[in-house]
Amino acid sequence: MGLLVTLPLLLSLAFSLTLFAVRRRRTASHVLAIIGASALLALAIALLVVVAREGLQVVALGEWPAPYGIVLVADLFSAAMVLICALVSWATIVYATAWIDPERERTGFYPLVFALLLGVNGAFLTGDLFNLYVWFEVMLMASFVLLVLGAERGQVEGGIKYVSLNLLASAFFLSATGILYGISGTLNFADLSRVLSGTDPRILDLVAVLFGIAFGIKAGVFPLFFWLPASYHTPPVPVSALFAGLLTKVGVYALVRVFTLLFVHNPGWTHTLLLGCAALTMLTGVFGALAQHDVRRILSFHIVSQIGYMIFGLALLTPLGLASSVFYLIHHIVVKTNLFLIGGLIERAFGTGSLDRLGGIFRERAWLGLLFLIPAFSLAGIPPLSGFTAKLLVIRAGLATHSYLATAIAVVVGLFTLLSMLKIWNEAFWKAPPEGGHADTASVQYNARLILPTIVLAAVTLYLGIAGEMLLGLSMKAAEQLLDPAGYRAAVLGTVNPVVIAGG
Amino acid sequence: MTALPSLILRTAVRWISPLLLLFSLFLLLRGHYEPGGGFSGGLIAATGFALLTFGYSLNTARRLLRVPPITLVAVGIGLSLATGILALITGKPFLTGLWVKVPLAGTVTLELGTPLLFDVGVYLTVIGATLTMLFEFAEE
Repeated sequence: MGLLVTLPLLLSLAFSLTLFAVRRRRTASHVLAIIGASALLALAIALLVVVAREGLQVVALGEWPAPYGIVLVADLFSAAMVLICALVSWATIVYATAWIDPERERTGFYPLVFALLLGVNGAFLTGDLFNLYVWFEVMLMASFVLLVLGAERGQVEGGIKYVSLNLLASAFFLSATGILYGISGTLNFADLSRVLSGTDPRILDLVAVLFGIAFGIKAGVFPLFFWLPASYHTPPVPVSALFAGLLTKVGVYALVRVFTLLFVHNPGWTHTLLLGCAALTMLTGVFGALAQHDVRRILSFHIVSQIGYMIFGLALLTPLGLASSVFYLIHHIVVKTNLFLIGGLIERAFGTGSLDRLGGIFRERAWLGLLFLIPAFSLAGIPPLSGFTAKLLVIRAGLATHSYLATAIAVVVGLFTLLSMLKIWNEAFWKAPPEGGHADTASVQYNARLILPTIVLAAVTLYLGIAGEMLLGLSMKAAEQLLDPAGYRAAVLGTVNPVVIAGG
Repeated sequence: MTALPSLILRTAVRWISPLLLLFSLFLLLRGHYEPGGGFSGGLIAATGFALLTFGYSLNTARRLLRVPPITLVAVGIGLSLATGILALITGKPFLTGLWVKVPLAGTVTLELGTPLLFDVGVYLTVIGATLTMLFEFAEE
């Protein structure tokens, strides 16, 4: 079944190239992009089913066995991430076909989106550290071009902040990888996890912090998050939505991977540090959001605060804690992408995302208000939506390990998130329209391809809330796998056949 | 961009550029068992076109390349991808090297393998990517 693990990468690359070839033909681009996204989605479902049934899937590319060759590994966590990313990218691509202007499409919007997906899927599926670096770079390049595509003034300004901070993260990442290779002589995750247990823990502490900084910048963790709210509101809405859903989460994924598989030698130091960062990330994000008056800017700050919850679960390093991280990641990716897409609908009809100039949307378009309420309440953690289960899990995991201060912060931040969502609701949907505001907005008709994705994502949020049992079971199993490095090692290194190596 | 008004450079480039291109092919083939390969070969080939850009003009370099460099990138990546997929079709993992032996005269046989094709893909991608950037800067 190795094919299933390789195909998400091959398909993304193949569609990127095909879409590049047809980039000047609009209809063909639209059709192919939607076909590609649907194919990736179907593939991701198949991958998750196979991993859930048969356990870890490992492929040694080019038949070079681990730890010498490059391996792709899919465990439950990575397969679930591939699936949820395929879902939101499907939604965003369908949305984008009705949103992106022809000029941007001609300069290669869709090929870049698929190149971005290639990087994201690669990062989820890779089994070694150096390739993780390579996939991060693929992602960074594609996302940087997407961010500045069209070259409007605000975009370039946001893009420069984005790329300089992310290059700094790459520098940290690369140096940490170099040091680790110097210590251990290998970069394969499974092999590293075997070798590192016998290494001087003081050096490992240092390397762990370097990786923490590198992935922390990518994930938008306090105090390294400021590039995020500076850039996410500048590009066209589908790009924002895609970034909001995917990019920082790959950073979180990498943090989870290295801090469960590699750096578990001294949790008293590394994971306590993570816990502190998580608490401060939750707080700064939510307070930052309170000061904002633009829909997409508010949402960007909430990405930061929500990242804190995911890191919180990881920092506890208990089965329940990690399960809450996995659950939170999956819930959050769907909700956040949807909020950006709905924010885009508001901007399209009313010409602005600024709360000062919006108002009375509920009177004009009640369904838009209801559509907004589902992900907004889910983000704030109102039952029975998925965010409630996610927050409940985090809080229970926190109480179980007696991290009372951080748990209290998580509860308070939940309340402020609700406040912030109510602010958008009051200002944009409820209050009277401002003087001389949008008069002729009733004439703006939405294309079905703009509305369908938001409804699908809202339905998924509802489903994950009401039938959360299934996702909970999946998260628990994924956490179990994450906390069992020996199982990971056996699955990956078990493919080494000494006879093959001796025979050359 | 104005070409540098150096007669020496122009005269030298006429000789050096073709040599560099030949050398890049040599590196590409040598890379199979020894240091070299598609990446370094591609960089050397791109240098050949870079010298043409500086010694003559951007248009000369573009004309001699015949295709837009970004197309080279796409073709190169496509070629490497297709090479990897060949292995999938035969039921092996992605990127597994496949070999055919072609018997030549007597006991001499020629071994042809997909790793070379993959390297050609890398070669084209590197030339394309380097020249895309270079031409973009040279235009300003």
